[in-house]
Amino acid sequence: MGATVTAILEARGVTRSFGPIEVLHGIDFALVPGEVHALIGENGAGKSTTMKILAGYLPPSGGELLLDGQPVTFADQRQAEEAGILMIHQEFNLALQLTVEENLFLGREKRRGLFLDRKAMEADAREWLGRLDCRVDPRARIRDLSVPDRQMVEIARALGRKARVLIMDEPTAVLTGRETDVLLDQIARLKAHGTAILYTSHKLDEIARIADRVTVLRDGSHITTRPAKGFSEHAMAETMVGRELTDLFPDKPPHADDVVLEVRGMTVPGKVRDASFTLRKGEVLGFAGLVGAGRTELMEGVVGLRPASGTVTVNGKAIRTGSVLAARQAGLVYLTEDRKDKGLLLGKSLTENLTLLALDKFGTVTIDKRAEDDALTQAIEDFDIRVKDRDMVAGSLSGGNQQKLLLAKTMLADPQIVIIDEPTRGIDIGTKQQIYDFIAALARAGKSVIVISSELPEVIGLASRVVVMGRGHIAGELTGDEITEDAILRRAMGVGELTGASS
Amino acid sequence: MTDTSANATRTRGRPRISLHALGPVLALIALVILGASLNSNFLGYGNVTNVLARSAFIGIIAVGMTFVITAGGIDLSVGSMAAFVAGVMILAMNALIPVLGIGVPLVLAGMAVALVAGLAAGMINGVLIAKVGIEPFIVTLGSMGIYRSLITWLADGGTLSLNFEARGFYRPVYYDGILGISWPIIVFAAVAILGELAMRKTPFGRHCSALGANEQVAKYSAVKVDRVRIATYVLLGMLVGLATIMYVPRLGSASGSTGVLWELEAIAAVIIGGTVLKGGFGRVWGTVIGVLILSLIDNILNLASIVSPYLNGAIQGVIVILAVVLQREGKSAD
Repeated sequence: MGATVTAILEARGVTRSFGPIEVLHGIDFALVPGEVHALIGENGAGKSTTMKILAGYLPPSGGELLLDGQPVTFADQRQAEEAGILMIHQEFNLALQLTVEENLFLGREKRRGLFLDRKAMEADAREWLGRLDCRVDPRARIRDLSVPDRQMVEIARALGRKARVLIMDEPTAVLTGRETDVLLDQIARLKAHGTAILYTSHKLDEIARIADRVTVLRDGSHITTRPAKGFSEHAMAETMVGRELTDLFPDKPPHADDVVLEVRGMTVPGKVRDASFTLRKGEVLGFAGLVGAGRTELMEGVVGLRPASGTVTVNGKAIRTGSVLAARQAGLVYLTEDRKDKGLLLGKSLTENLTLLALDKFGTVTIDKRAEDDALTQAIEDFDIRVKDRDMVAGSLSGGNQQKLLLAKTMLADPQIVIIDEPTRGIDIGTKQQIYDFIAALARAGKSVIVISSELPEVIGLASRVVVMGRGHIAGELTGDEITEDAILRRAMGVGELTGASS
Repeated sequence: MTDTSANATRTRGRPRISLHALGPVLALIALVILGASLNSNFLGYGNVTNVLARSAFIGIIAVGMTFVITAGGIDLSVGSMAAFVAGVMILAMNALIPVLGIGVPLVLAGMAVALVAGLAAGMINGVLIAKVGIEPFIVTLGSMGIYRSLITWLADGGTLSLNFEARGFYRPVYYDGILGISWPIIVFAAVAILGELAMRKTPFGRHCSALGANEQVAKYSAVKVDRVRIATYVLLGMLVGLATIMYVPRLGSASGSTGVLWELEAIAAVIIGGTVLKGGFGRVWGTVIGVLILSLIDNILNLASIVSPYLNGAIQGVIVILAVVLQREGKSAD
């Protein structure tokens, strides 16, 4: 297939420059009806720019786009939409205060005379959602919907606009395993209806499952386009990175026996009941569980970000609960999973972000700007943060580099215990490996690390002990060879024999 | 993956002092040139000190307002608060004359009352906003009405006047100064310089802008969010007290119409100066320029008879809107 069918949308030698700098150097590929085309590459490889050009958000600087074989230029994304090309963003384009139906028809409302034809719109909305097997009420407000439901609404909107080409920017980054399965089923269904789909994800197993064809970008260059069949995940990763990838996870560091952190009877109202655990010096402790199991809430309670009851003891001394500053001063810090909304000030400079947590180290009366500047130089070097310009704002960094900046910011507080929530969410494989190495190095340097992750291979590969949470309490603990996907999942879902449960 | 490349280029290559930062300065220079060409007395000693001294009240308040707005808040109550604090100060001083007599202790006591009253008023606003969690707009809209009503009630619908002799003794605080520069100008300059330093060089200033940019991030970064927010309102309240200290000796009285619309002038000055209304970025020196621009417009209209001084408000309004439009051009990246 492919060769004989005319492409709906084709890029030929597309380049894009920002100012004097060319970031895309000649991209060629074609989207064919009924085919899922995966676009993969590391952060900053040019995937977003490519997608934005295809969807009409950005004009190409060189090369051309062909629509049904005819050269075309889109003045803006509306024109692309009229031609049936829709893009679903990672951050959804939905008005939170409006209902599902209002969102689906936003800007193209059906009318009867002067008034809105609510009935007709609701019926259509219901039909589109039904086609997606999605049981969301069209009258529900978006703000009350879960993230995967919101995504379904986005896709329903694409259906409503009779999308011929659907461009999906990392749709599964915010979904759990089961939700991902549902989404992939929907994609298969759309494909069967003849929609051409361009799909990006950092999760290569998904790519292997659903893609018919894969295009790899690296540093803005088109490396290859080939059928997904026979393109192994490992080979994809190596093509993206441009070098051989040996073992992704570093060796697990040995840990001492001294307990540095002891949490007893931690209860976060409505989220976590009576959780207790300990952490030893030099240990990497994994926290596994399904999304919503209360892992994040537990840790936020421990470091004082949420109202919670229970005791937190660091090095034998109880710390005041409910104060982030007290936890930080005791050497306990938490790295949020939500780096865009809770981790970094996207509109502020790198320096201001870097030193915010440990600002008291840079002078109590006035801030020592030179010391701050030195700290940035050091952080860029230590954490390999790729910056184009030291005066850029944090929001302009790629996801991987934002994560490194967040790590650098946290480490500047010189913590003894680091809790990292989803350390590699939305990050490419090369950067992932750097972050894993970094976590192992931290432990080796005598710090203790807690890694919360929804990616089981990550927990299994990094941690020497894993605490499994399920529905708000600690459902089990695994060490050494006991740590397997099966054992974790059984405990997370509350099936099978429960060993070592402390609830 | 993010839209890295697109934003990076916008940031790159932009000189550190961009045109829209210079805008207010250029506008001020243009006004000075315009004023000088319309009236030969414009740059005279008398006129310059008069303009500056009159700017001082709004200016001192506007510096405090810069911190509140930078931290993502707003305070509509400052005009009423100033009137109320002035009333309380006058009543206290009159009541204290039998005890302290007329002299320095009386004036110092009056000043202390004004500062404490301002601090308390700011604290109430701050606590209601930060701890009780009510929108700043609502809280200060409410307290604006409350203070305005209280001063009218205290003055029984008329005017509260400072004892005649006390007024004579206190007058020099507005009219005298050192080296020909009157006290209000000196105090305004000191407040502006300290404010600029606090905004740019201290952890407090950094925390204010972090809080205004994204409260969640600030919280996760161990910033004491509530404390910083309350501190901005307390600071503003105390500066209102300080402005009142400078204001009372000028007329020696307070009434229900004292300080009317000061809040809007202060907010306008802050916005003209380039501080972002939604918070996250503040510029104290810009606010000072903004205050001067507003008073110069007033002054020029009064000196030159081309346009009626009654149109003062209209021209100021145009300037505020224009300032925001010009800033938006440079800020479209976010």
